[in-house]
Amino acid sequence: MNLKELVTGVPGEKQFLLGNEAAVRGVIEAGVSIAATYPGTPSSEIGNVLSVLAKDANIYFEFSTNEKVAMEVAACAAASGLRSFTFMKHVGMNVASDSFMTTAYTGVNGGMVILSADDPSLFSSQNEQDTRNFAKLANVPILEPSNCQEVKDMVKYAFDLSEQFNIPVIVRTTTRVSHMRGVVEFGEVKDNSSNGDNHWKRGHFNKDPSKYVPVPAFAGSMHVRLWDKIHKIEEITNKSELNTEIKLTENKKYGVIASSSAYNYAHDVIKFNELDVNILKLGFSYPFPQNKVAEFLSDIDEVFIVEEVDPIIERDTLACIGANGLNVQVHGKLDGTFPLYHEFNSDVVGDGLNKILNFKEETGIDYSSNLEKLSEDIPSRAPVLCAGCPHRAMYYGINIAIEELGMKASDVIFASDIGCYTLGINPPYNAADYLLSMGSSVGDGCGFSVSTDQKVASFIGDSTFFHSGISPLINAVHNKHNFVLTVLDNRITAMTGGQPNPGIPVDGMGDEAPEVSIRKLALACGCDYVRVINPFNLDQVVKTYKEAFERNDTAVIISKAPCTLIKGLTKKPPVNFIEGNCNKCDKCVSELACPAISKIDGKITIDKSQCDGCNVCIQVCKYGALEAGR
Amino acid sequence: MDNRYCIYICGVGGQGIIKTSTIIGEAAMNQGLDVVMSEIHGMSQRGGSVSTELKIGGYNSSIIPKQGADMLLSFEPIETIRGLDKVNSETKIVYNTHPIIPSSSNKAYPNVDSITKTLKENFKHVLPIDGTELAMDAGSVLALNMVLLGAVTADEKFPLTKESVIDAMKNNLKPKFHEMNLKAIESGYKSIKG
Ligand code: SF4
Ligand code: SF4
Ligand code: SF4
Repeated sequence: MNLKELVTGVPGEKQFLLGNEAAVRGVIEAGVSIAATYPGTPSSEIGNVLSVLAKDANIYFEFSTNEKVAMEVAACAAASGLRSFTFMKHVGMNVASDSFMTTAYTGVNGGMVILSADDPSLFSSQNEQDTRNFAKLANVPILEPSNCQEVKDMVKYAFDLSEQFNIPVIVRTTTRVSHMRGVVEFGEVKDNSSNGDNHWKRGHFNKDPSKYVPVPAFAGSMHVRLWDKIHKIEEITNKSELNTEIKLTENKKYGVIASSSAYNYAHDVIKFNELDVNILKLGFSYPFPQNKVAEFLSDIDEVFIVEEVDPIIERDTLACIGANGLNVQVHGKLDGTFPLYHEFNSDVVGDGLNKILNFKEETGIDYSSNLEKLSEDIPSRAPVLCAGCPHRAMYYGINIAIEELGMKASDVIFASDIGCYTLGINPPYNAADYLLSMGSSVGDGCGFSVSTDQKVASFIGDSTFFHSGISPLINAVHNKHNFVLTVLDNRITAMTGGQPNPGIPVDGMGDEAPEVSIRKLALACGCDYVRVINPFNLDQVVKTYKEAFERNDTAVIISKAPCTLIKGLTKKPPVNFIEGNCNKCDKCVSELACPAISKIDGKITIDKSQCDGCNVCIQVCKYGALEAGR
Repeated sequence: MDNRYCIYICGVGGQGIIKTSTIIGEAAMNQGLDVVMSEIHGMSQRGGSVSTELKIGGYNSSIIPKQGADMLLSFEPIETIRGLDKVNSETKIVYNTHPIIPSSSNKAYPNVDSITKTLKENFKHVLPIDGTELAMDAGSVLALNMVLLGAVTADEKFPLTKESVIDAMKNNLKPKFHEMNLKAIESGYKSIKG
């Protein structure tokens, strides 16, 4: 598919889209004018696609410095009467939550939709939290699409709902919805063409402090209005077609209530095993459709609640049963029918249903002992820092510096952050001892510095530094904390697929943009020791870290070299191996551990298709067995 | 129901697995079939194991249950072993025999011939192909994904025609490479059909 078709596609046209691409089509069909995000997997592709299409779709799009800023950009656009969209991963909601919570109070004028992508089973996240808790916490409606068509349709519908009640609306996806591909039929596109000097439409903010300024005198009545909206929206959820009964049988003993991807698993298990169970699918799960659920339950004796991450629908269902005096047995996470954590699949859901319905026989396959042995013996293939990654060179160098200072790496606390460099946790670098969230490594440096006598090395990426590394750095300087902060400036937001950040001279729509200097920021924060180093120059790395570790203040080292995956970089030729010189010391394999170097049948082998020509291994090999390629 | 077909595709990040799967999915859509696919993004792509799951015909969920695959298509020998929980005794197991050795692993890479031997002891339809070599014959190692795509279309139970797969390939890859990719698809197809 050509991405442009997301803009030019006509109603009725069908495309095989990723859930995240479908979200973009929903945004375009809804006529959104302003969109902002901070990249986070599993939501990242929405931004990647929008950044390519923004101008064609008359959308202003930005990669904001963090999710809170993105939330504020979207909220102000909506307050000015425009349709606005912000999106993030589940943990991004934590960052955005301060402003988000109050946006529920102030309400919106143009439609405002927040897409938050949960990551059950933590494919690329630090926790499994459930965005649906935020809907309850802030008291805003939430929609839960289960497939790509629904992602598009619900995003579009969410804008109508948002405008109908002047309230922000959340769309919650999960990894398996964001990264599902399916057939999506396009609908009508709402016109959002420019009415001014920009490709996106401009709105107008009508001042009304009693509506938009939540000082205590005003905020009290805002809270009353919010509840009023929620009660009205509950009438809608009770009637909404997004909450619908899927009749698969006439039998009335058992039922399932399910949402999102968990609904898909339940559906397939019930359909393909021909179970006598009907399903109530909740696509609009907060405010909880009490009446609809009570009606569904009034016909059945036992209900299974199939939902991923937290038992939210389950608790609401239990409350509904209590409030309505129903006699229905509930099977879900709370009674152990389904697991309380990790993502579901048809096997997990099938096993849960089977505990009560006994429809499955055990079908074990007998494999030969050779196969069992083989399965146990295959080497693991965990994600690693790419060949030629600047982070590897830096980690290698810092460990030498620590050794040369007569310290042990095991005595230095490595406070890590969210980014590719977290992969430094793996041997041989073992360079991640503590990690909480975006930007936390700097605050952790402060914390460990006052609570231990150990040396602390904090690591943060360029994008993460802009995201939330600056305020803790100010804290560190002012409170005289003692640690070495490394900003790993790889000139991109690498882990999520290479989005720009304020440190590079390009913005989210590909236009030229002022580059914000990390070095000057660190100096402006008051750091006395700020050094920019080239991580591929091992001598420089070692010398600088030795200096920094001997200080008693907040020392900042900016390790600056581009991520190898940035498009358009000129590659250097791969290194040559001179077998005669190799004394088999193993340093290049066991201490540097570049994936382009392996030892096959006792002999060093360079995979020239992988080698990036960074030449660090040449500096590592003391015997001249590796030389620069030509 | 007759057109139901599940393919589990696995390999190593960077081998073009998602592209290959998308081409099959688009071909299915163009033939008017229901199709859903699940892909892995993010951290797992830094040289880690990668898999996609493609389900054709009336499925809501994009994840293949245990032992539920009609075909296991693997871009790399040991990734084949990792994918075996999706396999039943009737599953076609097609895999590229060219290994990619993981760096810094504590275990030695097993001998590929013994992998094939062990698989053949346990499963009926084991179809190893030297896809990397066929790809090089077609013009580039990068055509490996098209060699394996060709191999899929050769399965008699596969519900899509080779022609529609080729059309979807052309819609997804640069015209400059069409000729090489066609050659690769044909050689993959022949390596299974014989
Ligand atoms: S993507 Fe870039 S920063 Fe991340 S591991 Fe690879 S080279 Fe390093
Ligand atoms: S570091 Fe040099 S001498 Fe040691 S094993 Fe590697 S190539 Fe051989
Ligand atoms: S030059 Fe050496 S360290 Fe750098 S990518 Fe090539 S093999 Fe790896």
